[in-house]
Amino acid sequence: MGIRFILMVNKQGQTRLAQYYEYLTLEERRTLEGEIVRKCLARNEQQCSFVEHRTYKIVYRRYASLFFLVGVDNEENELAILEFIHLLVETMDRHFGNVCELDIMFHLEKAHFMLEEMFNKAL
Amino acid sequence: MALSGMRGLSVFISDVRNCRNKEQERLRVDKELGNIRTRFKNEKVGNIGGREFAESLAPDVQKLLISSSCRPLVRKKAALCLLRLFRKNPDILNIDGWSDRMSQLLDERDLGVLTSSMSLFVALVSNNHEAYWSCLPKCVKVMERLARNQDIPQEYTYYGIPSPWLQVKTMRALQYFPTVEDPSIRRALFEVLQRILMGTDVVKNVNKNNASHAVLFEALALVMHLDSEKEMMSQCVALLGKFIAVREPNIRYLGLENMTRMLMVTDVHEIIKRHQAQIITSLKDPDISIRRRSLDLLYGMCDVSNAKDIVEELLQYLATADFAMREELALKAAILAEKFAPDLSWYVDVILQLIDKAGDFVSDDIWFRVVQFVTNNEDLQPYAALKAREYLDKPAIHETMVKVSAYLLGEYSHLLARRPGCSPKEIFGIIHEKLPTVSTPTIPILLTTYAKILMHSQPPDPELQNQIWAVYSKYESCIDAEIQQRAVEYFALSRKGEALMDILAEMPKFPERQSSLIKKAEDTEADTAELSAIKLRTQQQTSNALVLTDQRPANGAPQVSQLGMVMVPSTSNADQNAVDQRVTQSNGTLSVVDPQPLAQDHAPAGDILGDLLSPLAIEGPPGVSPQSEFNGVPSHEGSVGANDALALAPVGDQESTVKPIGDIAERFQALCLKDSGVLYEDPYVQIGIKAEWRGHQGRMVLFLGNKNTAPLDSVQAVILPPSHLKLDISLVPEIIPPRAQVQCPLEVVNLRPSRDVAVLDFSYKFGTHLVNNKLRLPAVLNKFLQPIQVSAEEFFPQWRSLPGPPLKLQEVVRGVRPMPLGEMANLFNSLKLMVCPGLDPNPCNLVASTTFYSENTRAMLCLIRIETDPADRTQLRMTVASGDPTLTFELKEFIKENLVSIPTAGKPPAPVAQQPQPNNQPIASSDPGALLAGLL
Repeated sequence: MGIRFILMVNKQGQTRLAQYYEYLTLEERRTLEGEIVRKCLARNEQQCSFVEHRTYKIVYRRYASLFFLVGVDNEENELAILEFIHLLVETMDRHFGNVCELDIMFHLEKAHFMLEEMFNKAL
Repeated sequence: MALSGMRGLSVFISDVRNCRNKEQERLRVDKELGNIRTRFKNEKVGNIGGREFAESLAPDVQKLLISSSCRPLVRKKAALCLLRLFRKNPDILNIDGWSDRMSQLLDERDLGVLTSSMSLFVALVSNNHEAYWSCLPKCVKVMERLARNQDIPQEYTYYGIPSPWLQVKTMRALQYFPTVEDPSIRRALFEVLQRILMGTDVVKNVNKNNASHAVLFEALALVMHLDSEKEMMSQCVALLGKFIAVREPNIRYLGLENMTRMLMVTDVHEIIKRHQAQIITSLKDPDISIRRRSLDLLYGMCDVSNAKDIVEELLQYLATADFAMREELALKAAILAEKFAPDLSWYVDVILQLIDKAGDFVSDDIWFRVVQFVTNNEDLQPYAALKAREYLDKPAIHETMVKVSAYLLGEYSHLLARRPGCSPKEIFGIIHEKLPTVSTPTIPILLTTYAKILMHSQPPDPELQNQIWAVYSKYESCIDAEIQQRAVEYFALSRKGEALMDILAEMPKFPERQSSLIKKAEDTEADTAELSAIKLRTQQQTSNALVLTDQRPANGAPQVSQLGMVMVPSTSNADQNAVDQRVTQSNGTLSVVDPQPLAQDHAPAGDILGDLLSPLAIEGPPGVSPQSEFNGVPSHEGSVGANDALALAPVGDQESTVKPIGDIAERFQALCLKDSGVLYEDPYVQIGIKAEWRGHQGRMVLFLGNKNTAPLDSVQAVILPPSHLKLDISLVPEIIPPRAQVQCPLEVVNLRPSRDVAVLDFSYKFGTHLVNNKLRLPAVLNKFLQPIQVSAEEFFPQWRSLPGPPLKLQEVVRGVRPMPLGEMANLFNSLKLMVCPGLDPNPCNLVASTTFYSENTRAMLCLIRIETDPADRTQLRMTVASGDPTLTFELKEFIKENLVSIPTAGKPPAPVAQQPQPNNQPIASSDPGALLAGLL
């Protein structure tokens, strides 16, 4: 199974949405998110979109103030995940019309619906 | 999706409203309920259904998936539902019947259903590909359809590419089959792959580029897997060679990663070696992800022919590499050096360089391994000893280097005896110089080295013997049991004369074994998350039992022993030994030697190299266990009883005055430089200290130990703090029970810079004696320093920005204890003033930097420059600068005290009174300080 978790984090490091496809306790999630965010947010545009962390590989993409981070294992095609993120954002954009962080905050359930539908079918 | 669900609801409501009679209404509602049930069933069963639930419903879901009458949406859901059920319980699918159905499913025209079915299929083949051979041609067909863009609806193309995710998934599924046998299918597949490999161009649109390269990399992986005609493979390597040179970081990263993978599957070493220069460039990339990949690739592609180049490149890079990578880098360099060393002396060179450059990141395993190699190769021993001797001449060396040099010189320095500067006395001198700077775990190694040196200098040189005995007697009451035991026992042993030769004979050869480093690399692996060459190689190469060694913390920080390590039993045991010692001395006989410690003692490296020795049992007969040799040493058996008896009668003297054991001032001085040790000891009480310092705060623990069989009464410990320290001591119990130890934690906060010292007023009653002592507490200025390495770019602007008094003070200090520059650097480092070599072009000068912490000043950078006069070592000029006038003055005075006094002597001779002199004040030429200044 390729994807382990999907996170949306703003550039202040606050998690806006998180979906895990394996069981982690809340405490473990918090620690993991903190570590990942510290690693990824410090990177610049010239660096690649993949970060290795613990047993995961994080594929991430930044849209304005929001980071989309997908944790995958070694058996995953990184670029396919990278474009999956973009497809997700395009879909949200089409639904919300110029999607922004607030849309995801205030329509969290819709964001989850979309994520779940797309994640299930595409990957 | 949410919205379409809402639309369905409104349609349903309007339908119901439009119904003309009850029957119609009921029919409509039933129909809707049917819809809801099928959808609900799929999702609910998949998500929350239990095992039994899954078993009973799986057949229904399967039926839904293959039925042609269901809507595509329902069948998509059914496929995903089945996937989830399968992940929960792989037995739910009856493979015999299902593989044909699966094969039909892959004929599906609807891409949505096909994508979901492919997800299910990937899970099925990953579990068992044998049953699904019939599906292989179908996958190839899907690939053909997608690659040719036949019959792909618009909504399933992404930037003009037919569902890149389905392509990736299909090729992933194909990788679960070991090979494609049918020639026509194989041809068809390779045609598609060829088209992807050749037809993927770099385009402007980032997303299109990513998507097409996602497909391309998957195709590369599939080609590698099928290990096809050489032609296709070399195409792949050429492509990857192009990728690792492009600017786009993602592509470069994946290029490096896939090259590493390629190394694992086929023999392309020679082709990849052509790209070595490019890969080494990537090792210096600003992006750590890329650096990691290239390190991994270099590691994988290393063999005998290029090991020298690659290892030297890694060593060079080590000096500038970021901390996150240094440990891995050091480990990999060490492994490569070991595996592909063209000759053994090169290996020793590499490891010593490694320790020199990145001592903090060289785990104990690495230097254990060198010792093992040198011990097992006689030709190597003189060379290794010589190298170790050379490194000891360097001004400031890492503690690990002290360890390994001391060990090697202890064993083999006699092989160098005819060389200049290598007489036993000189070797002892240069090693002993390092003793004040090392931490507790290193001291035992040094003590062993001294014993070995003593053993090798036959006939004994009385002067050397006395020096070494002085060291042993100094440590015979050390709070650390290991040090104490060694000191006491070596002292006793070294009086045995000839017998010493047998007892301390050279270490025997180690049994040949698999390197523990590789095991360690494997463990590091888990942290860096990679499917890398190491993993595979280690799997291939280490079929024998691996040696597991203690893991150091991953960050590579030196281990700090926990507070509270000093336990009651160990202290009392140590006391016992000390008492033993006294008794044997007074009797003038040597009959009382506890055999058990001797056994440990006898293999001095046993515990240092303990983890290398310990798994002997799994390897065969224990040829070199300490005991087997120990049999050669005569007559210790009778001593067990004596030892037991001694525990009961420790204190024979009942003098009226209680005299402290050891010099209190000396103990205090020693504690100023280290964080644990004995502060005070007399026949009744031992006070130990262990401290931890962090910024401007600290935590000390006083260990008050009652050495006697009677309780101590009226114990009082009052702290008299100077004004700049806030000290809180927890309650000290009034009575210390017999042979017990109490711990009193003490919180320290440093408010501002000052050299004043806190005093502990300690008193107790033993019998009728009231004993009172005022003891200085080692919460001194340098405890609140944090060494910091400053580069030239940072140093000089800082130095210039602090122009003169009161922030920058200069003074000529006379009456300095003469010492070589190296020793002074060591002293500075042990005072937590980090010597920064290379900043001052004059080799007679020292530049050091540190950070001082207090509540008032917060963290403040301090810079120090020492200019020495090679002609007269008793004087020097010192300049101290910081952002706080008090701090500058106090720090200057503090350093002066330490330079002028001899730390092991009691009171410092009063420094020649000197007022701080402004930087550019003209000085009379009669002043020797001015002469010195002129010289500089």
